[in-house]
Amino acid sequence: MLFLDHIYLIPLLPAFGAAIMFFFGRRLQKATVSAVCVGAVALAFVFACGAVWQYTHLTGASARQPYEKIFYTWLGTDTGHLNYVKQDGSLAPFHADVGVLLDQLSSIWLLFVTGVGLLIHIYSIGYMAHEGGYYRFFGYLNLFMFSMLTLILANNYALLFVGWEGVGLCSYLLIGFYFHRKSASDAANKAFIVNRIGDAGFLLGLFAIAWYFGSIQFTTVTHMARSGSFAIGDPIITAAALLLFVGACGKSAQLPLYVWLPDAMEGPTPVSALIHAATMVTAGVYMVARSNALFVLAPTAMKTVAIIGALTALFAASIGLVQNDIKRVLAYSTVSQLGYMFLALGVGAFTAGVFHVFTHAFFKALLFLGSGSVIHAMSGEQDMRNMGDLYRRIPTTHWTMFIATLAIAGIFPFAGFFSKDEILWQTWTKEWDAYRILWLIGFATALMTSFYMFRLMFLTFHGSSRMSSEVEHHVHESPKSMTIPLVILAICSLSAGWLSWPHSLGGSARFEKFLEPVFANEAQVFVEEGKAKQLAAGEKEQEHTSPTEYLLMGLSLAAGITGWGMAWQAYRDAGRGYVEPIAAKAPPLYDVLLHKYYVDEGYDHVFTGRRKLGKVRLGVLGLGEASSWFDSHVIDAIVNDAGWITRATGSFSSWWDKWIIDGIGVNGPATLARLLAIPARALQWGLVQWYALVMVAGLLGFVFYYAWH
Amino acid sequence: MAPIGTIHYLVVAAALFILGVIGVLTRRNVVIVLMSIELILNAVNLNLVAFSRLWGLHGQVFAVFVITDAAAEAAVGLGILIAFFRNKETVNVDEVNLMKW
Repeated sequence: MLFLDHIYLIPLLPAFGAAIMFFFGRRLQKATVSAVCVGAVALAFVFACGAVWQYTHLTGASARQPYEKIFYTWLGTDTGHLNYVKQDGSLAPFHADVGVLLDQLSSIWLLFVTGVGLLIHIYSIGYMAHEGGYYRFFGYLNLFMFSMLTLILANNYALLFVGWEGVGLCSYLLIGFYFHRKSASDAANKAFIVNRIGDAGFLLGLFAIAWYFGSIQFTTVTHMARSGSFAIGDPIITAAALLLFVGACGKSAQLPLYVWLPDAMEGPTPVSALIHAATMVTAGVYMVARSNALFVLAPTAMKTVAIIGALTALFAASIGLVQNDIKRVLAYSTVSQLGYMFLALGVGAFTAGVFHVFTHAFFKALLFLGSGSVIHAMSGEQDMRNMGDLYRRIPTTHWTMFIATLAIAGIFPFAGFFSKDEILWQTWTKEWDAYRILWLIGFATALMTSFYMFRLMFLTFHGSSRMSSEVEHHVHESPKSMTIPLVILAICSLSAGWLSWPHSLGGSARFEKFLEPVFANEAQVFVEEGKAKQLAAGEKEQEHTSPTEYLLMGLSLAAGITGWGMAWQAYRDAGRGYVEPIAAKAPPLYDVLLHKYYVDEGYDHVFTGRRKLGKVRLGVLGLGEASSWFDSHVIDAIVNDAGWITRATGSFSSWWDKWIIDGIGVNGPATLARLLAIPARALQWGLVQWYALVMVAGLLGFVFYYAWH
Repeated sequence: MAPIGTIHYLVVAAALFILGVIGVLTRRNVVIVLMSIELILNAVNLNLVAFSRLWGLHGQVFAVFVITDAAAEAAVGLGILIAFFRNKETVNVDEVNLMKW
């Protein structure tokens, strides 16, 4: 049990490599840097294989059970200091361990992340050989591997979030690897900021789960969700599932948060292959699949996932039809394929979604690495309008990419055929009839996928050369360190699909069986709901042999071949000044597609606040500025006016008191009395003898008056 | 020569009263004015005593009260006069006009 017991080494080995790079990388030779970083990932791959091997061969009670190993308590001490009140009013301790959960789901991710990661590391030795910052690049790559493996192996949502943020950080660092280029640093910022929106949703979902279930450990939450004590359509579980899906939308580039992924192509091509195609962007799918027990309880959330996924698939594929930058076509293709995965998850076909992640990792990594090889050969040229006729000069790149194209276009028997067909079939058979529309969207997307991929192939490798003579002179096949990973990935792109060879074609669908324990009870829950879902194994086998399935299989194959044929007709002889068929037939549509439906411009108008109309800023920031203006000019004006009115009335009141109340009411009588006193005062002239004389005169007057009568 | 009767007393008293009034009205010196007031009071006393011969002793008793009152009034008046003199260095009544409004 060596590997299982030391499973913690899988993430720690790349972490060790990253640490060496950050502390000593500057002083190391390129050969040493490659040896340390690639060696760390190679060892991680060996450990991952060993661990998965040992896990699948566990016997007895632990067979097919999730293997959980807790190393130490990371958050919370169980001493009551971090208790919080749950939704039902009881207390629960907040608790998160650093621990590993290895089950069938994480096994698959573990294998292809380390495997594809290793190949891309090897490829990078050749690709980055002439670039500056060699050690920095490998340090970031190793740090990314550490974060991604932490994300995959985490046994609870909080630790998963650590990995989630770690891969986001590495994505940011690697998109902005050529930081001296403004466009690269802008793209890095864009990726980081758009991902923050999703992360906010994820965090809220995490809190909702903790609040409702009292635990954030995957096994506990899954167990409780499947215990049957929660009703289907439980509003809080629905909210939690939707919030988690917001996080997945950010990380896995779904509508409306997909805008960062095409811009992320500013990073070096191996980064696009590793992070923005094969591994990191599938983290959202992983997280939703990991929370499948919750999503099954929330049909609304499931429908949302399915619809968003289907719309994203169609939307991104249609943009991909007309892009001219080879990496941008692949970027939109990635967004579109991720949409397929979410469509599968949303209709309850978790296995099919995971299977598509698995096959997609190989052929999309191959496509990106192949495009990197093309760009390498073309001395940095990425515009397909300036390519053409490369197939004889870089043959290995050509035929490996051709295999990948066949795989993504869904041509039998390449990997993409099986996974895509499974998704479309599952979408078709779901009980809810409206899902037939989603099937139609998926079908149309398959046609578009085939068209734009073969368009890429024809424009790049066939037709006549449109290169400048200087570039043409330098075209050369890439070194062995780059072509060998291409060949290995090509073999995987061919054969990965065979793991799930469907019953209807005489296969055994081993992949599905392998994943069954992870998504086990979903069938049971659906039955409880009263819907006869064809998820129980027996029924499924029966369904698989129905003629409808052969018909649908034929249809999706036909879509792939039709797209191929259309692209062949339009681009096989593409010379200088070739004509885009869409541009020729519907110029306005071509314009809209070429400008990516003006979504970035729309976001500029609505969210980023970069657009102004005269002096008025548009969008949300403009709204903010408008409300700020309203606040300072209208609300505050009202406040100030109220104050002014108060002061004015106060002044008037004071004036009234001073001049009317005091002046007329109080001083008035006094003044009147004084005025009236003036004649009285005249009598009082103060000479006592005069007073006496008046008295005597009065006396005499009386005497004479009485004497007279 | 008719015997001395009430009418003679009344005439003398009236003469004294008029002398007193003239003194009060015409003299400037406050001391003289006070002495003139004494003349007026004594004229009244003479009347009271004269009438008490006809109607009993009440008039004489009243005359004793008036004499007492005159003494008190002269004491107070002279006190005020001395205080006034200390402030104004005069005893002329036409210069004592502080009490007007």
